[in-house]
Amino acid sequence: MSFDSYYNEMYLADGKVRSHYQPLADWIDATPNERIRQMRDAANMLFHRVGITFAVYGEDSGDERLIPFDMLPHIIPSREWEMLERGLKQRVRALNLYLHDVYHDQDILRAGKIPAERINGNKLFKQEMVGIDLPGGIYAQIAGIDLVRAGAGEYYVLEDNLRTPSGVSYMIENRKMMMRLVPDLFARQSIAPVEHYPDLLQDTLRASAPLQVENPVVVLLTPGQFNSAYFEHAFLAQQMGIELVEGADLFVADDTVYMRTTAGPQRVDVVYRRIDDDFLDPKAFRADSMLGVPGLVGAYRAGRVSLCNAIGTGVADDKSIYPFVPEMIRFYLGEEPLLNNVPTWQLRNREDLEYTLAHLDELVVKEVHGSGGYGMLIGPTSSEREREAYRLRILDSPESFISQPTLSLSTCPIFVDEGVAPRHIDLRPFVLSGKEVVMCPGGLTRVAMREGSLVVNSSQGGGTKDTWIVDK
Amino acid sequence: MLSRTASNLYWMARYVERMENTARILDVTYRMSLVPKDARLADQEWYAPLNITGTLYPFSGRFDEVNSRGVLHFMTLDRDNPSSIVSCARAARENARAVRGHITAEMWEVINGTWLEIQKVTDVELTSNRLMSLFEWVKERSHLFRGVTVGTMLSDQAFHFNRLGTFMERADNTTRILDVKYHVLLPSIDDVGGAVDYYQWAAVLRSVSAFAAYRRVYRDVITPLRVAELLILRDDMPRSLHHCMRETYEMLRLISGGVRNEAVRLAGEAHAGLHFGRVDAIFAEGLHEYLTDFLRGNAALGDEVTRTFFSAGRQSLAA
Repeated sequence: MSFDSYYNEMYLADGKVRSHYQPLADWIDATPNERIRQMRDAANMLFHRVGITFAVYGEDSGDERLIPFDMLPHIIPSREWEMLERGLKQRVRALNLYLHDVYHDQDILRAGKIPAERINGNKLFKQEMVGIDLPGGIYAQIAGIDLVRAGAGEYYVLEDNLRTPSGVSYMIENRKMMMRLVPDLFARQSIAPVEHYPDLLQDTLRASAPLQVENPVVVLLTPGQFNSAYFEHAFLAQQMGIELVEGADLFVADDTVYMRTTAGPQRVDVVYRRIDDDFLDPKAFRADSMLGVPGLVGAYRAGRVSLCNAIGTGVADDKSIYPFVPEMIRFYLGEEPLLNNVPTWQLRNREDLEYTLAHLDELVVKEVHGSGGYGMLIGPTSSEREREAYRLRILDSPESFISQPTLSLSTCPIFVDEGVAPRHIDLRPFVLSGKEVVMCPGGLTRVAMREGSLVVNSSQGGGTKDTWIVDK
Repeated sequence: MLSRTASNLYWMARYVERMENTARILDVTYRMSLVPKDARLADQEWYAPLNITGTLYPFSGRFDEVNSRGVLHFMTLDRDNPSSIVSCARAARENARAVRGHITAEMWEVINGTWLEIQKVTDVELTSNRLMSLFEWVKERSHLFRGVTVGTMLSDQAFHFNRLGTFMERADNTTRILDVKYHVLLPSIDDVGGAVDYYQWAAVLRSVSAFAAYRRVYRDVITPLRVAELLILRDDMPRSLHHCMRETYEMLRLISGGVRNEAVRLAGEAHAGLHFGRVDAIFAEGLHEYLTDFLRGNAALGDEVTRTFFSAGRQSLAA
């Protein structure tokens, strides 16, 4: 696949500006670099002061870091967005139906659409969830779906995040920052607002409450201050006006969850948890977890409290399940998928393995259970030695890997000291499933700040941009 | 409200107040050190900040001698000293960060901004011509925090725990500042009531921003009895013990919502003692002894607040 012909979000092949970027292009032309640089510095200072920082695992030094923020927005015309929104909602509906199915009758396995051993032998399949009925049958109330654009501009779903997807606070804070820095740009174009996301989330969480509860008490469960996404946990709790709790603030008695308050115990009905399954309850999962609440899973199984997202959603966003999502859409909804999957080779299959090993220098190889951009091999930018080391890892356990073509991800201009320069981006919109499936127009655009880099993860030096859905 | 949240709000406010008061204690010490005196007594003032914050022992374990340079560094920038200004700023920020959802964005920005700025301060700022402006800045940050709190925060329980922390800490610190004078020796017994004595009491007043108030209230020369009366018994003096305990009692009553508990009773008792107390009785007992007793009582009240509110939910459901 070629590396010199990326789809450029802003410019046409002949160098003309795409019409939805024209107001931005005019603004860039009319604004001296020096002035944009000052704005960027002001933005960084404000982010620091407000404390919009994140922690990076495995780094002892600077315990908090800013995610680099780029001033130039990623712009999507509203008619294009409408297509994406339909496709994303369709996908999440099917994923929720699939989750209900795998924890109940497993029709899709019996129909032979997904090999049964993918599910029942999967460590992300949680036996505790079998036969449990959830309010509304919804498992992933909050989904973050990563989209990329490649080739001539076609959209692809890169991955589904159905466990504890993060990043939505940056979507909102980036917008706030842009409105502060360049209010005039908002006057030139009609840009869809995103600030109501916490209200949508609040409605979604309340809709997930146990059926008999009328006025549910919702809390956000965080691993604590030292978690990389702590800022977001605190931000969302504040925006929704709910308590931000840590494991030690909750306890379970008679299958009922309570929080410890200055006026004694108070009952909790919905837990928006930002802790992984394995750490939720030392009685049910990892006994050494200091973050969780003993007895929480028991209360959950008894239907006395709701968890968002449900336990065991990993069995739907695992990379070994990803290739089957289009099939799920056909099976449960009887519709054709509106969004494409990236072609994926599953290394557990002999031919796929052979093909991959023969083309390691062209492909991206990922761990099935990995996330956050850790532990992947990007063939075209890897060295001979890296590929050899990776080959041994693959051969050791082929079923733990998938491979995909190295997509020529689209680029979007970022502001650098010399002016503007193209960098690769992806987009994570958030899909909320409560009484109905709803979305905020836009999402989090992540950008690989290093020239030529394809890795947009914030834990790997990626930055963010504001995302504008504009009316023409 | 979550017990942990209440505790974080209370300690956040206490650490901001403590930060300010550490600056005030250093301020008064520095002013006293400028009063001309016998060369043999040079640097003896610098024992006072260590004595009254109970940090003489850790200090002497790490520094060879007690002098202005060492003490100023230790009380301002030393990260291993929990009552240094930088440590207070950090502790306030850590508590604030844990309860960001319960404080306003403006409050967070003040606390976070203070922490970011204080890290840039170096020993160069601790030299005489810049020292006062550093203390002024610390006090301003604390004033700003209180102003922003009162100006932006909903008057709910979170606010009351915040104010409770402010006034309990301030009572503690005003007591300690008054006690500085006890720890700073006069050159000789003949100097009692003399010029040096006068300047030292004036320094105490200035350090709690009460010099002008003193003039206004008494319209007379500065005497120890009146300084003590102003800073202990005057209800209208915002840093006096009386004022602090009135607020403390009021906050505890609001927090308890009519429920009787030991914390309210202790605060009420302390308030009554200050409300009906006489300054001659305090001097008959001995000012230093009175202040020592008060500190002990205030610490006991702090323990009771922790027991009643911050570990309340830890009792079992049946309790």
